[in-house]
Amino acid sequence: MSAVTVGSVVAPRAALQIRPPATLWRDAVRRFKRNKLAVGALAVMVLLIGAAVFADLIAPARYDYSVLAEANQFPNRLHLAGTDGVGRDFLSRLIYGARVSLTVGISVQAFALLIGVTLGTLAGSFSGWVDYVVMRVVEVFTSIPIFLFALFLISLWRGLDVFGGNGLINVIVAIGLISWIDICRLTRAQLFSLREKEFVLASHAMGASRFHIALRHMLPNALAPLIVAVTLGIPTAIFTEAGLSFLGFGINDPLPSWGKMVADSLGYVRVYWYLGLFPTFVLALTMLSFSFVGDGLRDALDPQLGKR
Amino acid sequence: MVVYLLGRISGIAIVFVIVSMLAFVLMHSVPGGPFDETNQPLPPEAKANILRKYGLDRPLYEQYFNYMGSALHGDFGISFQSPTETVMQLIARAWPTSMQLGGMAILLAFTLGLIAGTLSAVYQNTWIDYVVTFVSALGITVPNFVIALWLLLAFAVGLGWLPTGGWPSSGSGDLKTLIMPVITLSLGPTALVARYTRSSLVEVLHAEYIRTARAKGLMETAVVARHALKNALIPLITILGPQIPNLITGTIFVEVIYRVPGLGKFFVTSITLRDYPMIMATMLLVATLWSFTYLASDLLYTVVDPRIRLFGRAT
Repeated sequence: MSAVTVGSVVAPRAALQIRPPATLWRDAVRRFKRNKLAVGALAVMVLLIGAAVFADLIAPARYDYSVLAEANQFPNRLHLAGTDGVGRDFLSRLIYGARVSLTVGISVQAFALLIGVTLGTLAGSFSGWVDYVVMRVVEVFTSIPIFLFALFLISLWRGLDVFGGNGLINVIVAIGLISWIDICRLTRAQLFSLREKEFVLASHAMGASRFHIALRHMLPNALAPLIVAVTLGIPTAIFTEAGLSFLGFGINDPLPSWGKMVADSLGYVRVYWYLGLFPTFVLALTMLSFSFVGDGLRDALDPQLGKR
Repeated sequence: MVVYLLGRISGIAIVFVIVSMLAFVLMHSVPGGPFDETNQPLPPEAKANILRKYGLDRPLYEQYFNYMGSALHGDFGISFQSPTETVMQLIARAWPTSMQLGGMAILLAFTLGLIAGTLSAVYQNTWIDYVVTFVSALGITVPNFVIALWLLLAFAVGLGWLPTGGWPSSGSGDLKTLIMPVITLSLGPTALVARYTRSSLVEVLHAEYIRTARAKGLMETAVVARHALKNALIPLITILGPQIPNLITGTIFVEVIYRVPGLGKFFVTSITLRDYPMIMATMLLVATLWSFTYLASDLLYTVVDPRIRLFGRAT
């Protein structure tokens, strides 16, 4: 590396044009591209995100538009995925369901990042009593049944009518509150291991404050594992939302949620089988694509891990 | 050893107190008590009587201490949703079903998972390995209510081989009703066990004592079964631990879909019905179970692998 800066200016530049220098990110992209499963999953993921973003353009009808005369139709040319019990186009509801699921998945992870990284950074860079307090909080959260806790919080907010409306914010905040723990632990562990590195010692010797070191030197180095954690956290959040909605604690009608659609289909599963099959199919597809992309990212960003 | 255990147990006690306070305070801050008056308005005197009977007229801290006092004596009060039973009786009635279901699922998961993981490690990078790896990725990611519905559609609705739900003890079905819930519940853990077994066995198979075992002329099956597997199984303790509390909470979806009369259902109904005693009891039950299984699996580690020490001098 030092040869590039110390040596003549012309020669290295020529070399650079032939082959760009290998950075962490370029290497990661190259390794990711080699992983066929992850690339395929990424394509599915992009498709799903596209469907969620452009739902208004793609969906044949609004998710809450119902024609009672057309209720319970099997998949046909007019309604490609059939209609549900009150005559709403099922395909449209599936597409808008993608929007709900992804909104929940991404917002929950943003929420979890905010809390997890903040607390993890505090614990990891200040150790001492701050670390002690944060770790006790984490411990409490790991020993309570978190899914029940989420159910509990949602019923509380519903009772108090805190977030009102369609239940979307209830779900996001409740799942967010139970999902920051892993990110907090990860951040803390990363910072702990980075604290002993020479470059941190160097900036410390130059008089940088602990806050500055944590923010400018240590966090960027902890970024790769955090990206993986967030990608793998999205399907978990989506699954949790589906589970909450399945039990009737999640999204409220008429907003569609795949989990709720599965629950609603249970009563008619002997006849209207498609009402259960389609939402479970897209749910599984979403979970799988995000997890395979997450696994691919992990192998790409940390080649040491996947070697075995 | 004693110091370590006391430390861990006092840690659990602190968590227990925090969890119980948190649950208690949150629970009581939900408006609308257990006695719904929208359908049956009560005269104020009667209401005051009822509140007094259940101690709900006292200040919150007093209610908490009263409750915890009797809870520590094993008295969790009377369930509001089924007032003829105490909470303990309700749990004693429903939990065995969940435990049977979960127990069978874990047994199946460990048997199948071990076999699949071992095959996949021994035949590393062959098609067997790829199939096992891929299927276990599916099993880990796809949520169990999705699998439950697929099995239901395929075997109960499509082929008509199996009943759609029920449970032998409830009189609404025969032993065939066990098949789908147990398989559904076991798929996730099976995949997890297979994945762990594979990765730790692959690592162990490269160890030098395995080369020694091969060099002295042992058959490959003996090498794998007697020398490699024994050490490869240690990480499985990590999986087994959290599965035990999951016997209660993880079965909710399966119980709802296949109409199994287990404890999972009561979690949901006790929250919707504001059944305070039941919520407290289940929260505390799971929290305790959770903490102690973690402690147990940490201790088990030191037994099976003497190199790991939790206390005393590290050598």
